[in-house]
Amino acid sequence: MMNTLLELSGVSVSFDGFKAINNLSFQIGEPELRAIIGPNGAGKTTFMDIITGKTRPDEGRVIWGEKSVSLLKLSESQIARAGIGRKFQKPTVFEAQTVRENLAMALKNERSPFSVLFYRKTKEGAEKIEALAEEIGLTDELTRVAGELSHGQKQWLEIGMLLAQDPRLLLVDEPAAGMTPAEREHTTDLLRRAAETRAVVVVEHDMEFVRRLDCRVTVLHEGSVLAEGSLEHVTANQDVIDVYLGR
Amino acid sequence: MKRKSFVAENPSILWFLAALALFTIFVTAMSEAAGIGVVSTSFIKTLGKTLCLCLIAVAMDIVWGYCGILSLGHFAFFGLGGYAIGMWLMYARTEIIVTESLSAAAIPPTPEEIHDAVATQIFGVVGTNEFPLIWAFADSLFMQLAFVILVPGLLALVFGWLAFRSRVTGVYLSILTQAMTLALSLYLFQNDSGLRGNNGLSGLQNIPYLGDVPQSMISIAFFWASALALALGYVLCAYVVSGKMGSVIRGIRDNESRVRFLGYHVESYKLFVFTLTAVIAAIAGALYYPQAGIINPAEIAPIASIYLAVWVAIGGRGRLYGAVIGAAFVSLLSSWFTGGGAPSIPLGFYTIQWTDWWLVLLGLSFVAVTLLAPQGIGGLFDLIGKKSKSEGAK
Amino acid sequence: MLRATLLVIAFCLALPAQMATAQDSPLQTLLQSQAGEVAKPGRRSVGVVIDALVAETPEGTALFLERWQNKGVFLNETDGLFYYAQKSGDGYELFDIATDTPVGTATKDELTEIRPNGGVRRVIGGALVQFQLSDPDKERRTAALDAILRSPDASQIEPLRASIEGEPDNALRARKERLANLLTARFGASTDDRITAINALSGTIDVDSRAALNQILTKSASVAPELPQDANIARVLTVGEDISQQDAYAQLVDAGLAPERQTADTIKARLSDNIVDGRVGGIPVGQLSSEENRERAYAALAQAGTVPPLVTDETVQAAIATHAFFETYAESDAVITTAAETALSEVEARVARNQIFDVSLDAISLASIYFLAAIGLAITFGVMGVINMAHGEFIMMGAYTGYVVQQIIPDYTLSLVVALPLAFAVTFAAGVAMERLVIRWLYHRPLETLLATFGISIALQQLAKNIFGTQARPLTSPGWLDGAWVINDVVQIANIRIAIFVLALIFLGLILFVLNKTRLGLEVRAVTQNPGMAASMGINPDRINMLTFGLGSGIAGIAGVAIGLYAKVTSEMGADYIVQSFMTVVVGGVGNVWGTLAGATLIGGLQKGIEWFNPSNTLAAQTYMILFIILFIQFRPRGIVALKGRAAGD
Repeated sequence: MMNTLLELSGVSVSFDGFKAINNLSFQIGEPELRAIIGPNGAGKTTFMDIITGKTRPDEGRVIWGEKSVSLLKLSESQIARAGIGRKFQKPTVFEAQTVRENLAMALKNERSPFSVLFYRKTKEGAEKIEALAEEIGLTDELTRVAGELSHGQKQWLEIGMLLAQDPRLLLVDEPAAGMTPAEREHTTDLLRRAAETRAVVVVEHDMEFVRRLDCRVTVLHEGSVLAEGSLEHVTANQDVIDVYLGR
Repeated sequence: MKRKSFVAENPSILWFLAALALFTIFVTAMSEAAGIGVVSTSFIKTLGKTLCLCLIAVAMDIVWGYCGILSLGHFAFFGLGGYAIGMWLMYARTEIIVTESLSAAAIPPTPEEIHDAVATQIFGVVGTNEFPLIWAFADSLFMQLAFVILVPGLLALVFGWLAFRSRVTGVYLSILTQAMTLALSLYLFQNDSGLRGNNGLSGLQNIPYLGDVPQSMISIAFFWASALALALGYVLCAYVVSGKMGSVIRGIRDNESRVRFLGYHVESYKLFVFTLTAVIAAIAGALYYPQAGIINPAEIAPIASIYLAVWVAIGGRGRLYGAVIGAAFVSLLSSWFTGGGAPSIPLGFYTIQWTDWWLVLLGLSFVAVTLLAPQGIGGLFDLIGKKSKSEGAK
Repeated sequence: MLRATLLVIAFCLALPAQMATAQDSPLQTLLQSQAGEVAKPGRRSVGVVIDALVAETPEGTALFLERWQNKGVFLNETDGLFYYAQKSGDGYELFDIATDTPVGTATKDELTEIRPNGGVRRVIGGALVQFQLSDPDKERRTAALDAILRSPDASQIEPLRASIEGEPDNALRARKERLANLLTARFGASTDDRITAINALSGTIDVDSRAALNQILTKSASVAPELPQDANIARVLTVGEDISQQDAYAQLVDAGLAPERQTADTIKARLSDNIVDGRVGGIPVGQLSSEENRERAYAALAQAGTVPPLVTDETVQAAIATHAFFETYAESDAVITTAAETALSEVEARVARNQIFDVSLDAISLASIYFLAAIGLAITFGVMGVINMAHGEFIMMGAYTGYVVQQIIPDYTLSLVVALPLAFAVTFAAGVAMERLVIRWLYHRPLETLLATFGISIALQQLAKNIFGTQARPLTSPGWLDGAWVINDVVQIANIRIAIFVLALIFLGLILFVLNKTRLGLEVRAVTQNPGMAASMGINPDRINMLTFGLGSGIAGIAGVAIGLYAKVTSEMGADYIVQSFMTVVVGGVGNVWGTLAGATLIGGLQKGIEWFNPSNTLAAQTYMILFIILFIQFRPRGIVALKGRAAGD
């Protein structure tokens, strides 16, 4: 078994009495590709919010990396700098800026205001951007404004921005939503390649897409883990069947 | 490659600097100081003041147009800059006058007597004859110049740190900044604020030790200083919003949390922008009020900062020249209308006096700009630019 | 002949009879015994007459004193008697002073009007009071009590006590008792009496009792080489703590115990008086621009005996060290002053408690105003996420509507009844128009909405200025709203503020009802929480937004009428309330009526609280309040009543 990169244990959070996450425990190693599925309201987005520091849990621990740092003490930007990248459900790229600017902003570099203010473009940086654009298939679009891209291209650009951050853990929320079948295939390839060197967590509704990822699956239900294992294993689980079909 | 690329990527900077230089030289040549006098000294002052307003508008454009923080409090910094320099101007000039009058006595005055007499002269109007603590360095031009930057800078830093730290954004932040400027102006309205209450500081147009220099020359000097400050401020702001810094702050404007998840500490960036623009605003204020001659707390009432936003919006935010155009256009137009320059319109049953109706027109045209032309006047330039580009492509 | 004889007899009988009544009345007799003093009274000497009158109180004394005071008494030179007189025809009709019945006539030359001077009239007035205390007319009795209160003295105690027994009016009797007690406390004959009275005062709260206690405790600052043994010393002052060195020395100078200290100005004046050949005391004038050289020059002059020696810091300190500074009571009996101090501190504690209560009432009324001003804003902000900078101008429109209605309907009550719904209608329409024309195009661009509505705000403000002028317009409240509800001397609240409080309560109830119990409220809440879902369920968000905005604006109009009733109506009145309204909404928390209520209470309470600590300076109060709010936002960025969780969103 590989090293554990991220570990959540006994995490709970509630909003106005509603338990969004209930005593959830979860771990992922590096490298690994993991899919998280679950019905609406299972707590998938809140789960990501907790890891990325947007939501603070009421109880529980979130431990990161070899040095076992608690993420609960870090701010969102510190967590991102620690090596966790997040892709939102809706494509969120900077629509008013060019693809190159989007990627350049995400590029792993010093993040303090003064080093950014006096930042000089470098050859390595430019090469890295070219390589990323190649990877996500947007080489020809580098000078275009991101707002002009198609929905699928925006999703890829966002994944490209994640990769530019060079994170150790990627959290990807419904990357295939609204994509054509061809685009899905490209997205699947992207994610699988990314998962060769890092941990990737994909939250997805679409079973077909999950099947194509061909990875370990965690099923969330009412804020805790219902089942975990290969897709075949979890789809055979009676609880999972009840949750998905019983309602 | 780097420095060249900054100007090369932003040719509009050169255009702007050239236009500003031409304008400055032209106005100087036509001034009374040059012996021609087509442009009166008072109008030179108006133009000089307008340049200062353009400078604060540029600062406002950075903070609002680029970074998305609609600050309704930047005139507070402008005013504080004016107060800081005004303290020295008033102290030094009063000291000269007082020394002269005391010297007429049989026995020469002591430094304490002069100090007390200056205090009586300045603060008699608010019923005290002692210097408040904040005037401790009023006799030092150097210290007061430092305060022009330090006081507003520090205020912006502390206020910004508090506000951004607690993630106050959007309209909440706007209202909070408005509250800040309201609190400051209310405080200054008190007689025991140490800054002469609602009397404010006056006689600032008389520069100490330059009593023999005619106002026409002084006005030209301040006009040049204002133009220089605007040029430097413009280049500095253009540098900030170009390149990666510009990319990040525009990112913050469009999607703050995305920037945060990219690992940028958004609060630091906002604080940087807020404080930088506060300092620019303060410098603009320090140049403005010696030309205006008087500063009082009404100058930093919340309405002033809202007008600032209006100028930037009408000029077109998110482009620095737009801010300059907006500030110059609206403030000059405003003084034309309110100064009685615009002809009245007789409607038979009613005559439209522009002094009464200008604000109605401004308010409504502001609504119109927001609704119909969110890009403002600057948007017109974009259209022309696009057209020529697409024509060039053909 | 017989007839003539009879007539003569009758006359002879009648005339002496009349003269006899005048001469024989005890009053006339008494006055005749002091005739000179009565005719030409002097302030010091008139006491004899009055004492005699008061002691015997012959019939008609009260009326006589009153007429005497008011120059209504005449001396008839022919018979030397005193009469009241009334001009009739060429002469005067005379009235008997004891019975006030007509007794004959006299010519103008025969009569001398007695004109006591002001001092005498006061003395007469003092004596008169005790007669008026038992006057059948209640108003005169009340006036008499007022007169005693104005200039209390020991002699009034007895008559006042005497009049309590027969006092028919309960309230007045209570007042008399209080006053008698007050007088006893100050002027009572025995120490025991006074202590009893003082102890009774400790249970009161009114201004008069406090004044009386303070009178008993009147202190004066003194200085002496030694603390006197016989004086009733209030406290010994420590120089440097209780009294500044400067003031202490000034006291010494005033008491003639030390020479006056030379000021910088007097030194300078002495120096300039003694310039000899461009030198003072051997020092060239040009060098006198420092304190040090001036002192040297002055010392040289003092040495030569030209000027008094300089009082230096050392002499001042030495003088102070050898004297005791203290405060003495004017009242010499320490037992009484101690009792009075205790009573006063009890009264003051009670006053402080009542003041807190009074400030709370003030705070509640201010909070009601803020609530009324802010609730409309809170609704539009909460439901639509729209900041309406023109909200203040809607308040102003409401107030001007009230003003215009009053110009048409002169009856203030009726005009108010018309103005309230009309103001709602006018601002509702204005709000709907604004929503349709401007706001609806700017949803999802909140900052631009803020600015666009600001544009409307300045246009409306200037428009109002053009129509109604710059001076304040009155919005007069009906008579029944004037005056105040007085609980005691400390606690009172204006009726108009009570009315505004009631109005705020009504609106709180109304809004809660509309939002929670009606179809419109349901739809509004649906749109607030999820506009997309609401639309798919057949709710027209456009219509809801329009109605919500209209409702918010309409309430602003009503708030305007209410505010106009107690503040001035100007084109800028909206601007005065807009920032406070925003604060209220922000502090309270968006999208919640209770939040607005909490915000208004907090801000109103805070403002009044700060004003209480620093009553002279309302500007400072506002400054500190805003600073507090900025800090408050740090700890509760989403206000007091905050929505939590994902619904709160970004």
